[in-house]
Amino acid sequence: MHNKTLAELAAGLRDKAFSSEQLTGHFLQRIQAHDSQLNSFISVTEELALTQARAADARLAAGDAGPLTGIPFAHKDIFCTDGVRTSCGSKMLDNFIAPYDATVTRRLQAAGAVMLGKTNMDEFAMGSSNETSFYGPVKNPWNTAAVPGGSSGGSAAAVAARLTPAATGTDTGGSIRQPAALCGITGIKPTYGRVSRYGMIAFASSLDQAGPMTRTAEDAALMLGVLAGFDPADSTCVKRPVDDYAAHLQDSLDGLRVGMPKEYFGEGLDSGVAAVIEQAVKQLESQGATLVEISLPNTRLAVPAYYVVAPAECSSNLSRMDGVRFGHRCAEPKDLEDLYKRSRGEGFGAEVKRRIMVGTYALSAGYYDAYYLKAQQVRRLIADDFKQAFEQVDVIAGPTSPTVAFNIGAKVDDPVTMYLSDIYTIAVNLAGLPGMSLPAGFSDDLPVGMQLIGNYFDEARLLNVAHQYQQATDWHTRAPEQFG
Amino acid sequence: MALEPAEVEKIAHLARLAIDPQDVPVYARNLSDILAFVEQLNEVDTSGVVPMAHPLDMTQRLRPDEVTEQNQREHFQEHAPAVEAGLYLVPKVIE
Repeated sequence: MHNKTLAELAAGLRDKAFSSEQLTGHFLQRIQAHDSQLNSFISVTEELALTQARAADARLAAGDAGPLTGIPFAHKDIFCTDGVRTSCGSKMLDNFIAPYDATVTRRLQAAGAVMLGKTNMDEFAMGSSNETSFYGPVKNPWNTAAVPGGSSGGSAAAVAARLTPAATGTDTGGSIRQPAALCGITGIKPTYGRVSRYGMIAFASSLDQAGPMTRTAEDAALMLGVLAGFDPADSTCVKRPVDDYAAHLQDSLDGLRVGMPKEYFGEGLDSGVAAVIEQAVKQLESQGATLVEISLPNTRLAVPAYYVVAPAECSSNLSRMDGVRFGHRCAEPKDLEDLYKRSRGEGFGAEVKRRIMVGTYALSAGYYDAYYLKAQQVRRLIADDFKQAFEQVDVIAGPTSPTVAFNIGAKVDDPVTMYLSDIYTIAVNLAGLPGMSLPAGFSDDLPVGMQLIGNYFDEARLLNVAHQYQQATDWHTRAPEQFG
Repeated sequence: MALEPAEVEKIAHLARLAIDPQDVPVYARNLSDILAFVEQLNEVDTSGVVPMAHPLDMTQRLRPDEVTEQNQREHFQEHAPAVEAGLYLVPKVIE
């Protein structure tokens, strides 16, 4: 049952081959049996899941079911869930029971999806390896000595290990796509503003975006159709009709122009990953696409620009964690300043502290123009590169990550090296474009992800290209042996 | 751009973060590395480039000035560290 896709499970529920309660029980058992090896969940909400499953069964029986009704999913612990601990992977929020639901949570609930639990993640979504979590690192199901990627590492590992058919993720600089690549699953970061950020604990507000993490592009299309849409509670959420993502999956690739940025195939790219991606784009060519070499000349500036913009926004967003209204408070504060400083000093881990300090420095008097303004200008140059590229091509293809999953501990002492593992994904967030990662093969027995980048609000085309690729290949069906 | 330990302590104070004194040199090294890395931005001429604050260059949406939220003070204060009579408690601020 756990090897079926979300689409197949939905059909099974409709045909009464099994009930949502049975399905949910099956995945809960798998979590119980296997998650001690992976640490992909922070909380498992068994009772709530079974209650939601029974409600979904009633809806299915009444003929009032959508594509996600009765489908279990795992929810990244960054989304507020009313009455359920929402930790964001931090000691700061270890005791935080959210008093309301995120819009994403509410939309999944309204669709009848069944929440199995909350997944592990880098603390406040700051990390590329899931090693900054207060709850310990997540392990990669393909090799438990390796990282799953981050920050949505728990979601990626849980989907890859068949502990859930689908999961939510968020992506500020690659946090859906990079773990999807490293765990061999499919994930899409929509256009900025396509999915509501309300109730999604903010890291960098001009970059954060939520999206689905699934095994197939078809499943991602079904889930994105539920997540996307206007929300008056998020002032940056875009009022624009949502495409019927599933309706375009069968479109042919004939005449599709696929851009290959030469900067994504140069220095720093692992040769094993390069070989897999070259094969994958050839596959698209054999299905009717035309390959076009393009240039994104400011690519190398994307990571530096991001490490000004994102820390600056995070230092501002995380100032709400002050030990006063919710979250961790230090013992016996001697005055208000001591309360702030020790609550935050104890509640945040090292990487979060580093980023808050970089952001504080960049925004401090006398440095604002040199860092923040400069980075925002470079951000425009990066977005303009994409604008020009999309005059020549329909989608851009390349590697998601320069390497396969690295070993736990390999990069923790060197933040800059860790930051460079997001070199191909970060520019997409700076520009606000949609991007996705899909399994394209293996190198050193570990999964390799191909990244597809689309023009603004062109999610339907990305999902279409990914689905067509998955019709012709079987990489997305491979399961890690231990968890198959 | 290398940061001295004293500068790290100042930044930590501005960010209201208590840092263990023994960790200050490590943070000084990490932050200096990160700042040196972002120095690359200065290699490109951005004169005349309009800073990009929003990926879609949208302006802030306005809504009618209507009451849309219910008062849920008790509910929201259930998880506060210290509350009395509907107020958040902090150490004495005014002598």
